[in-house]
Amino acid sequence: MHRYIIKRLALMIPVLLGISVIVFLIMELIPGDPAQAILGSFATPENVARLNAELGLDKPLVQRYFIWLGNILQGDFGRSISLDRPVINEIRDRLGPTLLLAGSSLIFAALFGMIAGVVAAVKQFGWQDSLFTFVVLIGISTPSFWLGLMFVLLFSVQLGWFPVSGMTAVVGGGGVLDVVHHLILPAVTLGIVATGVIARLTRSTMLEVLRKDFIRSARAKGLTERSVIIKHAYKNALVSIIPVLGIQTGFVIGGAVYIETVFQWPGIGRMLVTAIQTRDILLVQGGVVVIAVIYVLINLTVDVVQHVLDPRIDA
Amino acid sequence: MFKRVLVVATAFLVVSSLLFASGSGEQGGGSAKPTTLVVGQIAEPKALDPHTVTAVNDFRILVNIYEGLVQFKDGSLDVEPALATDWDISDDGLVYTFHLRKGVNFQDGTPFNAEAVKFNFDRMLKDDHPYHNTGPFPLAFFFSSIKETTVVDDSTVRFTLSQPYAPLLSNLAYPTGLLVSPAAVKKFGTEYGRHPVGTGPFRFVKWESNVQVLVEKNPDYWGTPAGVDQVVFRPITDGNTRVTEMLSGGLDLMVEVPPDSLQVFENNNKFQVYEQAGPHVWFLILNMKEKPFSSKEMRQAVNYAVNKKALVDNVLQGTAEVADSPIPPAFDWAYNDSLRPYPYDPEKAKQLIAQAGYDGTPITFYVTQGGSGMLDPVPMATAIQADLAAVGLNVKIETYEWNTFLGKVNPGLEGKADMAEMAWMTNDPDTLPFLTLRTAAFPEEGGFNSGYYSNPEVDKLLEQARQATDQATRARLYKQVQAIVHDDAPWLFVANWKQNAVSTARVQNFKLQPSFLLELGSVTKQ
Repeated sequence: MHRYIIKRLALMIPVLLGISVIVFLIMELIPGDPAQAILGSFATPENVARLNAELGLDKPLVQRYFIWLGNILQGDFGRSISLDRPVINEIRDRLGPTLLLAGSSLIFAALFGMIAGVVAAVKQFGWQDSLFTFVVLIGISTPSFWLGLMFVLLFSVQLGWFPVSGMTAVVGGGGVLDVVHHLILPAVTLGIVATGVIARLTRSTMLEVLRKDFIRSARAKGLTERSVIIKHAYKNALVSIIPVLGIQTGFVIGGAVYIETVFQWPGIGRMLVTAIQTRDILLVQGGVVVIAVIYVLINLTVDVVQHVLDPRIDA
Repeated sequence: MFKRVLVVATAFLVVSSLLFASGSGEQGGGSAKPTTLVVGQIAEPKALDPHTVTAVNDFRILVNIYEGLVQFKDGSLDVEPALATDWDISDDGLVYTFHLRKGVNFQDGTPFNAEAVKFNFDRMLKDDHPYHNTGPFPLAFFFSSIKETTVVDDSTVRFTLSQPYAPLLSNLAYPTGLLVSPAAVKKFGTEYGRHPVGTGPFRFVKWESNVQVLVEKNPDYWGTPAGVDQVVFRPITDGNTRVTEMLSGGLDLMVEVPPDSLQVFENNNKFQVYEQAGPHVWFLILNMKEKPFSSKEMRQAVNYAVNKKALVDNVLQGTAEVADSPIPPAFDWAYNDSLRPYPYDPEKAKQLIAQAGYDGTPITFYVTQGGSGMLDPVPMATAIQADLAAVGLNVKIETYEWNTFLGKVNPGLEGKADMAEMAWMTNDPDTLPFLTLRTAAFPEEGGFNSGYYSNPEVDKLLEQARQATDQATRARLYKQVQAIVHDDAPWLFVANWKQNAVSTARVQNFKLQPSFLLELGSVTKQ
């Protein structure tokens, strides 16, 4: 097990190197450069060349990549040109909010998705099942940025229950309750699609498991229905649900890009959008590398958890 | 199992929220509640160092913390004294001597004097200045005509120019001319942009990245004290989110209201809507080097063919006015008000097109998806395309993302396109024609004349206007330029944007300025 974890961690290095090369190349391929973005309508070739030289962007691509790589190995992510501060400071400020948002969405999705899935499976063809299928279909097929705006219109503007945007109230805010209050709408919006996916999967897996022989044996032993479903069926279904949670993590972090924009959540997703628009290559690199690390780590965790749940699965 | 998940989930929420909780209610502690004005900005500022930034979004904060030697008059683009009480200009236009206001201190307590002024300009302009490395300074070329800054005495400073440059005064009034505290630059170095110190009515308190910039009333301000105790600038990049924040009471004031949402506020007496035309021109560059727009008839024909009134009223929903020349009316002192926009006259356009002998070759039209000052570029382009189709012109649209678009348009349209959208916001009537309409401003010369307009008369007039130090002379020359350019029609003149803002009814004394800057010193809140 330990050897497996170490091997997986070592495999991260080529993955991250590959990602950083791809990001560097893509940023180089899209037309327009940071100097142009900064100077706007004042971007004369002369001004652009001068600013590029001052920003150190006049060196060849390969040389810039290795300078970046050398710096990052020493823990220096470079300085963002669009924000005029060290990339690492910006990521440090942004990472927490994104993890909080994505983490809450996943918990929301896992909790409600599994409950809905189990209930629907147990009451197959009942009204709960129909209702569930209908709601899930809507949840999966509604674009979440639109849903977010609708939630804001209803719950914030009309009803005034939740704040419209941001992570804390600007005046006198910052307490735990304040953060949670700001978190609910974006987390729910971001988690809706994942909830649908998890619910569907839970339902079908549970249905499959409930037809297995050992469930019949459990019932024959006279166990309560509750115990049959939770201890026997659900725990077995979980083995196939957990890896999907890992995949959904990737989608949720990706979805954070636009949900953070709609709700002005101060996270990494919104940072990346701005960084790409301003061609801030070091900021894009830093953000993507950090997200990649998170994604790889979460998938590793999922594999380990799966192994713990079912030791027959090779880790 | 469910219980366990629930416990883990709750624990996660509580612990992580605690991590982000920052000593709640830190501002609510005082006995008298301070008046706080919350302003919805369009983006996170880059830095609060006036010399390193270029975006209006950043300027809107800066003008409240800092002041320059001169400033734009209230409601005008004419300059008036600020930290300088008056100035003399030598007859040859080469020496500007400024007399500084006495007894003014920066917000860190250090004195504002001639040494401080010299430090500011030398930092931007001299490569060997010890603090030049706190840049780069992208707009330093505004002052590139300054050869030397001399301290005459503690309250007199002199600029010696390498050549006469009349726009210098407006450039000094522009945010790039705001003055920073030398002591603070020395103390914070490259991090100065996050620790700004100026002389203005508000002083900096804190900047929480992506959440807010907080400034408070400067108790030692030399002028009229600010009308509110604190101002919070919140970055809200999404226009619709800004509107919903405003509607739900999260903001006191917001800028750049999307045209679609303006009605909502106009019909509600809890809000007040502000509009102000500014120094903005939205136009199409016509490629004069190649057919069909090498012909003046064709260029005038498209100006007649497009229904600009319908564009500003319907596509832009009244957030702009019809333009008629390269100098917008906001420059009241230099604008030629005898000009009239080309009327909408498709018959006349058809007649001119026939005269020009247009052979039906498709016309390539570069369009951007959005960008600084570009308003609603895609719907505008399709409306223009339809108007031109109605007079028999076959226009093909090519759409690009803003930076890509600039990369295609700025090097010149030759061999690529016949028309391109463009918009400029400037601070002096000189800027736009000087950079975009002179022969010496062809792209290969490093200018923005992407359509290759060349008229020796215009070249001469613009050069003279730059040399003249007397405003009346400059105004006369610019009016001549406008008349000639209007007739030559190197562009399809379309719109002058009106900046807008919305405040709650509790906000008083707020005014938008033609400079597009956001002066909050006199604003009060009930």
